[in-house]
Amino acid sequence: MIALVGNPNTGKSTLFNALTSGARAKVSNLTGTTVDVLGGEMALGDQRVELLDIPGTYSLAGRSPEEWVAVRAMLGLDGQERPAGLVLLADAVRLERSLYLALQILELGVPLVIAVNLLDEARAQGLTVDVAAVARDLGVPVVGISARTGEGLDALREAVAALVADPSAHTPGPRHAWSPDLTTLLGEVQALLPAPLQAHGPGFAGIVVLSLDDAEARPAEALDVPAIRAACARHDDPVVELVQTRYRWLDAHAPNWRQSPVSDAHTLSDRVDAVVLHPVSGTLLFLGVMTLVFTALFAWADPAIGLIEDAFGFVGEQVGALFGEAPSPALAIVRDFVVDGLIGGVGSILVFLPQIALLFFFIGLLEDSGYLARAAHLVDRVLRLAGLPGRAFVPLLSGYACAVPAIMATRAMPRFRDRLLTMLVIPLTTCSARLPVYTLIIAALFPATIQGFPLPVQPLVLLAMYVFSTFVTILASIVLGRLALPATESAELIELVPYRLPSLKVVLGSTWRNAKHFVEEAGGVILVATVVLWAMLYFPRVDGHDLLTPEIVAQAEASGLNVDEVANGLALEQSIGGRIGKTIEPVIAPLGFDWRMGIGIIGAFAAREVFVSTMGLVYGIEDADEENEALRAQIADQRRPDGTKVWTPLVGLSLMVFFALAMQCTSTLAVLVKESRGFVWPAFVFTYMTALAWTSSFLVFQVGRLLGFG
Amino acid sequence: MTLDQLEPGQTGRIASITGAGSFRRRLLELGLVEGTEITRKGAAPLGDPLTYRVRGAVLALRRSDARVVEVVR
Repeated sequence: MIALVGNPNTGKSTLFNALTSGARAKVSNLTGTTVDVLGGEMALGDQRVELLDIPGTYSLAGRSPEEWVAVRAMLGLDGQERPAGLVLLADAVRLERSLYLALQILELGVPLVIAVNLLDEARAQGLTVDVAAVARDLGVPVVGISARTGEGLDALREAVAALVADPSAHTPGPRHAWSPDLTTLLGEVQALLPAPLQAHGPGFAGIVVLSLDDAEARPAEALDVPAIRAACARHDDPVVELVQTRYRWLDAHAPNWRQSPVSDAHTLSDRVDAVVLHPVSGTLLFLGVMTLVFTALFAWADPAIGLIEDAFGFVGEQVGALFGEAPSPALAIVRDFVVDGLIGGVGSILVFLPQIALLFFFIGLLEDSGYLARAAHLVDRVLRLAGLPGRAFVPLLSGYACAVPAIMATRAMPRFRDRLLTMLVIPLTTCSARLPVYTLIIAALFPATIQGFPLPVQPLVLLAMYVFSTFVTILASIVLGRLALPATESAELIELVPYRLPSLKVVLGSTWRNAKHFVEEAGGVILVATVVLWAMLYFPRVDGHDLLTPEIVAQAEASGLNVDEVANGLALEQSIGGRIGKTIEPVIAPLGFDWRMGIGIIGAFAAREVFVSTMGLVYGIEDADEENEALRAQIADQRRPDGTKVWTPLVGLSLMVFFALAMQCTSTLAVLVKESRGFVWPAFVFTYMTALAWTSSFLVFQVGRLLGFG
Repeated sequence: MTLDQLEPGQTGRIASITGAGSFRRRLLELGLVEGTEITRKGAAPLGDPLTYRVRGAVLALRRSDARVVEVVR
């Protein structure tokens, strides 16, 4: 096995795709992280070796488990297979920074081959790199390549074949010498390491010294941190000396590799940046790009979502028909389980795929082209008010379409603390599943106009819900950022990488992997949740017709309702979910809700918009959507035994506030479990959002009543 | 002077990086070591973060973070 390493944005994915062409990449997920390591087969003449694509890194000293992945995979730590050697992909323009990583690898004695990429980009800036001189100074084979055009790849394959054949000829040892003091310190630190880590030599001690301030980025073996700190404290700033010694060596040799120093002349990227980062054109472009991404998620995904829903509806019908016209009661239960539980459940997983695919396609394009870094740079100042970095913008914006792809999109954020904070507040953004709920409530309960008020009331109420959710999201981010996740370090650093033409192959590859990931990892939980919710609203089986009284029938006929559907509604009341709705009534009554709304809230755990069809069932109208006039009329007319209305505008407002704030989406929780690495944070999100929703609705309803809006 | 005081177009040489922790280490490892030339480019439309060219790369740093880097002109 050979591993491919290098700085971010040096074209590593493109090279990986070019070297492993034909073979489908396998994704492996390192325990304790959400980092994907791609593996593929690379042909070397008549033999094949496995090639691992390790996430881009500037250094072997990492600050998060994600960055630590590089070291673990390279050295075969924590039970990983140890690669026979490494291919370092260096960037011809930013050569010293790339070779800084090479020096660290040589210190560790890991067999190495270097490929210098982006020679064409360097040439465009008037830089030529003498790869033979780099090879001479570093003592390992160096090949000049262009991953995009395929130039030099045959020579690279030959170099890798030679590496596999004789790894020991590729470990020339450290190129630079440490000061006597530092050599002593590294020896001391090495002696303090657990035995398996000592074996990696003083080079590994150097990594440990550099990573000492990064609590998350440590090997699984327990380190004696206080003793190592004490050793470092006796030395004058070992971190600076470690890094500086390497860069001194690089800067001393760089003139051998390049005729001219890196010029500050204006590059193509600078000229593009003059427009992209301009206060006026840059802001307009940013708004345009973000509108495009949002429109894609919000509107373009719709036809595909509809198609998936229709397809599963059709399959469900066909399968249901196989059970015959009038199956026995037992067989009817099996039929309903298969059609509504299983087929419906699989449908409710796949229905997320259009938005996930579109979002990751756009993120891939934006990331690869270099714009995503600029977008983060442009909004950094704004998001800092919420205690978040600029990189949180695209995930938060996506939350207004759907929290599931939005939470997955936080993977593009480098610091886990920021990722987690973004994930904790994304469920508060107004996702599109809340829209049908709001539409139904507003249309049924709020007047179109109020006398003396010039604007249409209903659109304003809807707008107010969006503003409210945005406000709460920002507030929650500030509060949770302070209380639950205080930043250990708030410094932000964004590299504005050069603009490049994105590779469609790389972008589609990541789109495909993310979609697959979702189905494999969140799919099971979503399916189980759908089946459980189905069973809760289905069992115990009661024939609603037995519950019909002449009074109910007369009332149903008077309101123009179908008696069979009313009977089904009565059966629903007897189900587990229906009984829970009744049981929780004392808890939700102070919010203005009755037990029927309680059933709707329970049904909404499958997906918030299910509230609408559940309320339809409760009121005896099957397959109702938010545009259903009969359902709107039923809601507006419901009265309590004392004749007062069940649904008033105040109840509607309280219910909308509840839906805005409550964590009622099992799919979001399923994705959170995966992306936050455990159950603790999903449980936290569920608790804080439910508490926030209850308290807010309580205040809305009670204060509204005191003010006379009851 | 500190890095945030460089005007657009001005070049300085890095003297030292104050502060502690992983941010300092990251800046160092990106090549911001003593003696390295760094040129201020511009800023984001809202005036912050600031952009710099160093070792052929363009880095954006928040104004408050740029203060930890000591430069000489």
